[in-house]
Amino acid sequence: MFRTEYSKITAVLCKFLGIDHIEIAEDIASETFALALDTWTYKGIPENPSAWLYTVAKNKAKNQIRHNQIFKEKISGNIKYLSGEDVSSEIDLSEKNITDSQLQMLFAICHPSIPPEAQIGLALRILCGFGIDEISNAFLSNKETISKRLIRAKEKLRSEKVQITSIPASEINGRLETVLKTLYLLFNEGYYSESKDAILREDLCLEAIRLTRQLVENKETNLPITNALLSLMCFHASRFAARKNENGEIVLYHDQDETLWNQGLINKGAHYLRQASQGKIISKYHLEASIAYWHTIKNDSQEKWESILQLYNRLLQLEYSPIAALNRTFALSMANAQLPNDHGKKIAIIEAEKLQLTTNHYYFTLLGILYKGIDHEKSKNNFQKALSLAKSQTDKKTIMRYLSED
Amino acid sequence: MDEFMLIFRHEDGNKIASPEQIQIWMKQTMDWIGGIAAQNKFSGGNGLPFDDAKVVHHKNVVTNGPFGEIKETIGGYIIVKAGSVDEAVEFAKGCPVLQGDGNSVEVRKIAKGDGIH
Repeated sequence: MFRTEYSKITAVLCKFLGIDHIEIAEDIASETFALALDTWTYKGIPENPSAWLYTVAKNKAKNQIRHNQIFKEKISGNIKYLSGEDVSSEIDLSEKNITDSQLQMLFAICHPSIPPEAQIGLALRILCGFGIDEISNAFLSNKETISKRLIRAKEKLRSEKVQITSIPASEINGRLETVLKTLYLLFNEGYYSESKDAILREDLCLEAIRLTRQLVENKETNLPITNALLSLMCFHASRFAARKNENGEIVLYHDQDETLWNQGLINKGAHYLRQASQGKIISKYHLEASIAYWHTIKNDSQEKWESILQLYNRLLQLEYSPIAALNRTFALSMANAQLPNDHGKKIAIIEAEKLQLTTNHYYFTLLGILYKGIDHEKSKNNFQKALSLAKSQTDKKTIMRYLSED
Repeated sequence: MDEFMLIFRHEDGNKIASPEQIQIWMKQTMDWIGGIAAQNKFSGGNGLPFDDAKVVHHKNVVTNGPFGEIKETIGGYIIVKAGSVDEAVEFAKGCPVLQGDGNSVEVRKIAKGDGIH
């Protein structure tokens, strides 16, 4: 609730006030929520909380502008007076304007003059209502670095005089890549969240899906790559219910009850993947969506794992990541599982040990799994190394489970 | 970290093998490249089809192919990142092209364009 409404109010106010006043928009949104917290604690939550928030935000904006107006008039003396009522009627918090403002805001933030990392940070802050500590967590960085980055990015938006307005079709392609990357990171932040209070930040993933769907529903941005990303998100999200047990702990893929998988989302994922396959370009989102598609088929087969292996082979050529390298190696062992004498695992062990990701606990977990049934001692040692490197309770529990299965 | 080009020299597979066999070679090549990419050592690469191949000689004489020396035609290349030529050679040793007697993989360092080379 906080994040969604915060981001809606901020986007609409930013568009109304102009990018110069991005901080004022943020402040108004924050103050609105502070007031809500105070008031609702005493009086209870109003019947229509969103409407309540919008009214308060409008009033605050009105006061702000009046204040600013007086200030400006004193200095320049020639600015046309804008009455409070005009402001209220011009701040349009209708569903359509919220959607338009958020999309335009998304593209404004992803301006070529802003470094990609700062774009992502700004989008998470302004469009998704992330706190600074959450953003620093997503970037595996610290608060100071992120704060500085955001301040610099906002200054850049001002100095470049970036407009929050509809984007010319010629610029959409160039900017869409960053927009999609931002949404992809947002989804991942929710999906792989290590936060204790909510292992699965389902609301964040749904926010990412909502914004991506807005791009698909918009004619100019409804491109194969956008559909590929949305497909990927749907496939992953289909496992929300199955990924968590009643204690809120992560359930590993192979232990999941597939009757809990959301068939509706799987079908949607398949639909968007078909839409995505209409172009010539194969992006990393296409490959990841295809991998996610194969994971919606629970039964292991040679065909399934060979397909996944080849998709990872291509994904790694496009963009390396340690987790893709490890998953690729696991797929290699599964694709060769039919070979006698654990030969598939032995091939994978040779490949795995070349990766040398010795600070990554997943690396040792993978080796532990591969050595299982081949070399008991090595398997155990690797799991223990993984355990000493793992930071989150969830990961530690998972590794403990592997160790106890021995 | 330098970049090295691994250049594959071999016969035209389509002339000596069935489509099924070529499929197998393709898969082996993809797995080989995937293994290098998984180590974050892959920079790029491409296959060079044997059709639509010409050689332009001195005085603009154009001939088909570069198929004089049948096993020495370049069929593709990849570029890898490696700390030394020896490391690049280790990658090259895994290339499925080398299953064919007479085929080879040439390992060449890429000039950095820094004015020294």
